[in-house]
Amino acid sequence: MSFPILSVITFTPLVAGLLILMLPAERKNEARVAALAAGVFTVLLSLFVYFGFNPAGPRFQFVEGPYQWVPQLGITYHMAIDGFGLPMLLLTALVLFTGVLISWNIDDRPREFMAFFLFLSVGVFGVFAAQDLFLFFFLLEIAVFPKFLMIVIWGSPKTREYGGMKLTLYLFFASVVALLGVLWMYAESPVKTFNMIWLEEAMRAGAFPAQWQIIWFPLIFFGFAVMGAIFPLHSWAPDGHVAAPTAISMMLAGVEMKIGMFAAFRVGITLLPEGAKFWAPIIVIFALINVVYAAYIALIQKDFKYIIGFSSVSHMGLVMMGFATLSPNGFLGAGLQMFSHGVMTALFFSIVGMVYDRAHTRNIPDLGGLVKKMPWAAIAFIIGGFTSMGMPGFSGFVAEIPIYLGLWQGRTLPGAAFQAQPWFFPLTAVISVISIVITAAYILRAVQKVFFGELPAHFEHEVGDVTALDKVAIVVLCAMMIIVGVYPAIMYPQVQAGIAPVLNLFGVN
Amino acid sequence: MLAESFSPTHLLAVLPEILLVAVAAIVIIADLAQRQIAKGQVGLAMLEARRRNVGLAAALGFLVVLIVSLLVTLPTVGNGLIFGGMLRHDLMAFIFRVLFLFSGLVVALISMDAPTIGKQGEYYVVLVAAVLGMNLMAASADLIMLYLAVETTSIALYALAGFLREDSKSAESGLKYFLFGAFTSTIMLYGFSLLYGFTGQTNLYAIGEALGSLPSTAVLFALFLILVGLGFKISAVPFHFWAPDVYEGAPTPITAFLSVASKAAGFAVLIRVLMAAFPEQAPIWVQLMAALSAVTMTVGNLIALTQKNIKRLLAYSSIAQAGYILMGLAAFSGEGTAATLFYLGMYTLTNLAAFGAIVMVARISGSDEIADFSGLSRRAPGLALVLLVAFLSLGGIPPLAGFFGKFYLFTATLNQGLVWLAVVGFINALLSLYYYLVVLKVIYLNAPKDEASYPVSRSAAVALWLCVMGVIVVGVLIGPWVNIAVAAASGLF
Repeated sequence: MSFPILSVITFTPLVAGLLILMLPAERKNEARVAALAAGVFTVLLSLFVYFGFNPAGPRFQFVEGPYQWVPQLGITYHMAIDGFGLPMLLLTALVLFTGVLISWNIDDRPREFMAFFLFLSVGVFGVFAAQDLFLFFFLLEIAVFPKFLMIVIWGSPKTREYGGMKLTLYLFFASVVALLGVLWMYAESPVKTFNMIWLEEAMRAGAFPAQWQIIWFPLIFFGFAVMGAIFPLHSWAPDGHVAAPTAISMMLAGVEMKIGMFAAFRVGITLLPEGAKFWAPIIVIFALINVVYAAYIALIQKDFKYIIGFSSVSHMGLVMMGFATLSPNGFLGAGLQMFSHGVMTALFFSIVGMVYDRAHTRNIPDLGGLVKKMPWAAIAFIIGGFTSMGMPGFSGFVAEIPIYLGLWQGRTLPGAAFQAQPWFFPLTAVISVISIVITAAYILRAVQKVFFGELPAHFEHEVGDVTALDKVAIVVLCAMMIIVGVYPAIMYPQVQAGIAPVLNLFGVN
Repeated sequence: MLAESFSPTHLLAVLPEILLVAVAAIVIIADLAQRQIAKGQVGLAMLEARRRNVGLAAALGFLVVLIVSLLVTLPTVGNGLIFGGMLRHDLMAFIFRVLFLFSGLVVALISMDAPTIGKQGEYYVVLVAAVLGMNLMAASADLIMLYLAVETTSIALYALAGFLREDSKSAESGLKYFLFGAFTSTIMLYGFSLLYGFTGQTNLYAIGEALGSLPSTAVLFALFLILVGLGFKISAVPFHFWAPDVYEGAPTPITAFLSVASKAAGFAVLIRVLMAAFPEQAPIWVQLMAALSAVTMTVGNLIALTQKNIKRLLAYSSIAQAGYILMGLAAFSGEGTAATLFYLGMYTLTNLAAFGAIVMVARISGSDEIADFSGLSRRAPGLALVLLVAFLSLGGIPPLAGFFGKFYLFTATLNQGLVWLAVVGFINALLSLYYYLVVLKVIYLNAPKDEASYPVSRSAAVALWLCVMGVIVVGVLIGPWVNIAVAAASGLF
């Protein structure tokens, strides 16, 4: 048995969190240092996995198991990573690491904050590597209590109770709907197992008739898609993310939303391709509303954090759209966009948090001229903005172009719910490109109003620069966007390796 | 099925029950002895400290009997009816016996420092009697034995619920419980007598064989009557009205006991009666259980949403939990029964932890209102953590046992094709998570009214640790427990 590196990555935060909880409450710095150590450790291990992964090798690497867990139900403990989950693993580690840095100055019960934050990331890491559906839900739901308590305890006082409860219940609802689909599939399955790899083999052997797939697919896909904030069940995302403390917004918007889309792809599209073919055109329509409508709402927000909140809903729509094309370009773009958007959103939320901590307001009309006070944050925000707008040279470009390409070339596969007219996909592509214009508008407006313009007089003395730790965090995140943007070959082959086996389910290579 | 009339080895099978009688006797003698010694010789404070030992004696008694049961009475291959068919020595009876003894142990431990009840010898004696009755309930295979066991348990529980004589709520609770209980028990007895009339048999397994050829309406009528009595025991809607008032008024350790052991005993009998006596009627009672399950969990959860008192909240929550457990019976299969047993086990651990923490809070604050739990996480982080674990487990969140409990039930239900019931169950899981989170919010977010801490007595700390560790261990290492549950389900026949 080789070194179980994926399990070590997953459970390092758990062990670190438990150790932190055992510290005396007044040892605040020790708690922070321990959390940072765990963050650095997971980043290093994730980098090792990322660069140790051979895109030309087998589909699943760093395999652990399958070990029997509950043999009576066919539940196994099985961890492995494919090229699609690989960037997500790295993203989680980066957000964990930068989240700890950003939260360094939290003074209200930092011990509990750090421990809960680490617990939150346990489930997040695990789901990207879990190859058993039970294990997947097991890890996914572990995150329920840390995210609820963290929003409610450390969130922004006005909306934290509402936002925290709303987010938790929506996400729980989403996972429950998906779980219903999964259990139903299991009940009808001739192979009594929750192991995804075995289920996929069974599916390829024709174990799941198309008419059943069409029933299960919407439960599983839309269930998970709610976690990725699909219209019309998207309102938890801005409300919840705005109410959350900065590090939690970063983790929830940066990574948790990706879990939804990742699982919609990994479980929904991969295990139920006939269902995916049927529902794909309908998903395109929902995703289109996400992309354009959420961007439009972001445009009219007055609250700095709500702009980012709606912006992430809009960008997640693009991921969904990439999946719905069921094409190589769409899948590739979606896979890259999940990483790119994760880094970008984490960066945005961290900067919003820095601005709010210093200016004590998020109301755009009250802000201005902050570039003089916090130039690092301003530059980082602009870099994030370029990524968001899909400017060449940043990761957003390499991710969004394939999605639009895939959409433009889109076609309905045989077995779809309705046979789309030839103009359908090009038209959606055109409409969704409008979102780039709207994105540019709200990003530039935010940049201009918050960082440029007149610095309000009372900010002159109240507002200081960001700390050194904050700078480390934003530099790391910006570097990621630029590296992937300038040298996409660092991520293309991995994602390609991950999506190829799924593509051949749809007769595309 | 021919029952062996009697052989001395049968005594070994009921050794735990015999020992429980001995424990009751020892506790009562110890209590009397303490009083005698105390007379005139030592001060009042000394007397208090000594009488605490009575609780310790009861707890130790439960522990010894528990260990003896685990070592001696694990039924191997020789499943079977004993004492001329009065009892059935099987794995299910064994599991329930362990559950009841464990509940008795935890309740004794958390009672020791509860006001008023903790230092009365009689209290522990009645508690031991209740556990004795429950053990017999789970093992009974004969109508007469079954009714005797049910009444032994019930009368002891009536007394326990009304134990705080000075407190009008507790007195009301005892009386209400008695009136409801006696009434439904009579109806159940009528059902028993009909069964005897139809078949001329009192043994459940013999009745099961005889009933197959009888007209179904009459048999179903008897079944309905019996379900009224058992529905009361498990607090299924519409026989649940007693539960919130009795739970609120009874001394909190007894509320814990009622909500887990008494309910589990009701389910033990329900499983045995349905599977042994009515196997031919399964298609009909499966429908009935499914309907009962859906109504029970929905009503329980909806009313729980508005509760302000934590004991009432847990009362409605426990009604809803009974609804989930009924899902396992509606999914009539070995898997469904196994899921029921697993859920009952995890529910026992979880609810005992929740009530144990509440006893520790209430003995200082003197209040069961949810609002008085404000800021508990600052005043008593340990107790807050216990409540966190317990409530999340009840809500079905991993890595706690409640997650797999629900997962197993839903899997069994869907495997039997009851998709609608699973959907109702999922919606209810969502509903219930809301009110569990609200309580956790009060505990973790709201500002405490004062900064005084809540000391936890050593005995209660032991009990709470046992339960919390149990919830986590069962929730993570699932396989062995499922094995036992599956074996017990298949050993029913």
